[in-house]
Amino acid sequence: MTPSPDNRRYQEFMRRVLQQDQVDVVFAGFSSASREAYRPIVNQFDGLAFYNNQYEGGVCDANMIVTGAVPEQQFSTLIPWMMETYGPNVYTIAADYNFGQISAEWVRKIVDDEGGTMVGEEFIPLGVSQFSQTIQNIRESGADFVVTLLVGAAQASYYEQAASANVGLPMASSVNVGQGYEHKRFTPPSLAQMHVTTNYIEEIDTPESKAFVEKFRAAYPDEPYINQEAANSYIAMYLYKQLVERAGGTDHDAIRAVIAGGDVCFDGPSGNVCLDPKSQHMSHTIYLAKVEDDHSISFPKVWENIAPYWLGQAGCDLTQNDPSAQYTPSNPPSAN
Amino acid sequence: MELFATIFAMTYQFGDAFSFLVISCAGLAVIFGMMGIINLAHGEFIMCGAYVTAAAARVGLPLPLAILCGALVAGIVGMAIERTVVRHLYHRPLDSIIATWGISLIATQGVLIVLGSTMQGIGTPPGSVAVGARSFSLYRLVLMAAAAGLLVGLYLLFYHTRFGVIARATIQRPQMARALGVDTSRIYALTFGLGAALASLAGGLYAPTMTMVPTMGATFIVESFVTVVVGGADIFVGAPAAAAILAVIKASMTAWYGQLFGQIGLLIAVIVVIRVLPGGLSAWLKKTRQ
Repeated sequence: MTPSPDNRRYQEFMRRVLQQDQVDVVFAGFSSASREAYRPIVNQFDGLAFYNNQYEGGVCDANMIVTGAVPEQQFSTLIPWMMETYGPNVYTIAADYNFGQISAEWVRKIVDDEGGTMVGEEFIPLGVSQFSQTIQNIRESGADFVVTLLVGAAQASYYEQAASANVGLPMASSVNVGQGYEHKRFTPPSLAQMHVTTNYIEEIDTPESKAFVEKFRAAYPDEPYINQEAANSYIAMYLYKQLVERAGGTDHDAIRAVIAGGDVCFDGPSGNVCLDPKSQHMSHTIYLAKVEDDHSISFPKVWENIAPYWLGQAGCDLTQNDPSAQYTPSNPPSAN
Repeated sequence: MELFATIFAMTYQFGDAFSFLVISCAGLAVIFGMMGIINLAHGEFIMCGAYVTAAAARVGLPLPLAILCGALVAGIVGMAIERTVVRHLYHRPLDSIIATWGISLIATQGVLIVLGSTMQGIGTPPGSVAVGARSFSLYRLVLMAAAAGLLVGLYLLFYHTRFGVIARATIQRPQMARALGVDTSRIYALTFGLGAALASLAGGLYAPTMTMVPTMGATFIVESFVTVVVGGADIFVGAPAAAAILAVIKASMTAWYGQLFGQIGLLIAVIVVIRVLPGGLSAWLKKTRQ
């Protein structure tokens, strides 16, 4: 089922598939708002849900398996690289909801750890499409690069307006290109100098990736782009198959026992990925995708096999107990 | 020089906010301010203009012609909607809300089904102006000129042409106008079409700066309703004054505290105005003038 982007619909559908249809597994949600809307219902009925999009991290919940990349994979790689390449002064503009707020907190923490300076940070209400003043604030801040954590079509107008005002600053993001393939949709060079860390996009030039693109195109010839969600959903499906086969059924306790073994891995479109038993998140090879002036993609850097380590190090261990909570750097599990 | 650059930057931001308010509210000012139809499909006329403009620009029309093309199409669509739906609802304002909301839903979902969830943008015409250390988009300056031109053009149309006099007469005293031989239903259709065309002009003018999606009109809605409500019934007195005051509030709040407070400022302003001046700025300005 594809609910419209309305969180209440996600809740309705989740309740229906778990309570009425009694499904064994759900693959659900595109935004963090929708995931946090349905997660209590998955907990209530002790279901099993896969979330296959990158997000702000921190969900420690035995009923959830996350195949998307998290901040220690996307930001701990991207931000230090950007600071080393372009300079230590960082300006963040972020969508004003849980994803943007928590992602911005990660950026702030990493910039601080690396000895940089946050010269500005602004949260943009969803639906805002006019960025003149924001662009001027960024220019006056002396930033070396801008972290854009913008979400939705209205906010995406920022790139066109910044390019037209000749801002000329490099941009860094965890959401663009890998999800909305803006480099294909927008007129060049509005997204030029955008740097995104992602675990998969169709431009990745490895044998595994090429084979995946070929298979995907054969199955869905009309899809405009093969993004990270396509790869993550593919991984999720095969991961679940493996879990059920090894557990000898769909029983959740048996599946969790298999996960606790710590050897659930899969050779996917982005290479080998493994499921971390403590957090039930995936390890990923992370590619730094840089958008060039003509909107082609280059990969200046690749980080191999980064584990989703933060939750485990901070004290989340789903093999021991299940707090079913979402944590952030300022609100880690050990504090609770 | 630095002082000049700072003043220019502030003026630019004010002008940018002002032009967005004026351009996005013009169509609504005619349909809601003058005709009294609470047009919830205003955003969809804007979207229509943006889509037609983008499509026309894609086949090679120069941007100004493409924008006019969008206005023309939306104007015709607007007249068709007036003839079929809105005509029956002139004395039923609550029903007109439901009807135009329905049209809005049909338009966004229809475009979503037919043209997909996103349309390739056309890109802002290149060019930027450097003032001191800052640089500004040339196209935003064109938008400011367009806003000023729009106000002057509408004033001339409604106060210095035969159509304008008849249109105002029809809307203020329909029986009297009819008694004098005016085909009032044709005037209503033309005025509604004009409002739709003006809304579409907003879409066309902002299309090069925005992401093109079926719901793009929604980002104009709050600003345009706020401006028209603050402006009051006489759109020529009220709308420019309202846009100017709101632009100062929005630009300065955004500059100091960010976009969120810019929006909060805008909404607080409208609450205060509705509470203190129920007739809007135009009623108050007229009263003080007498």
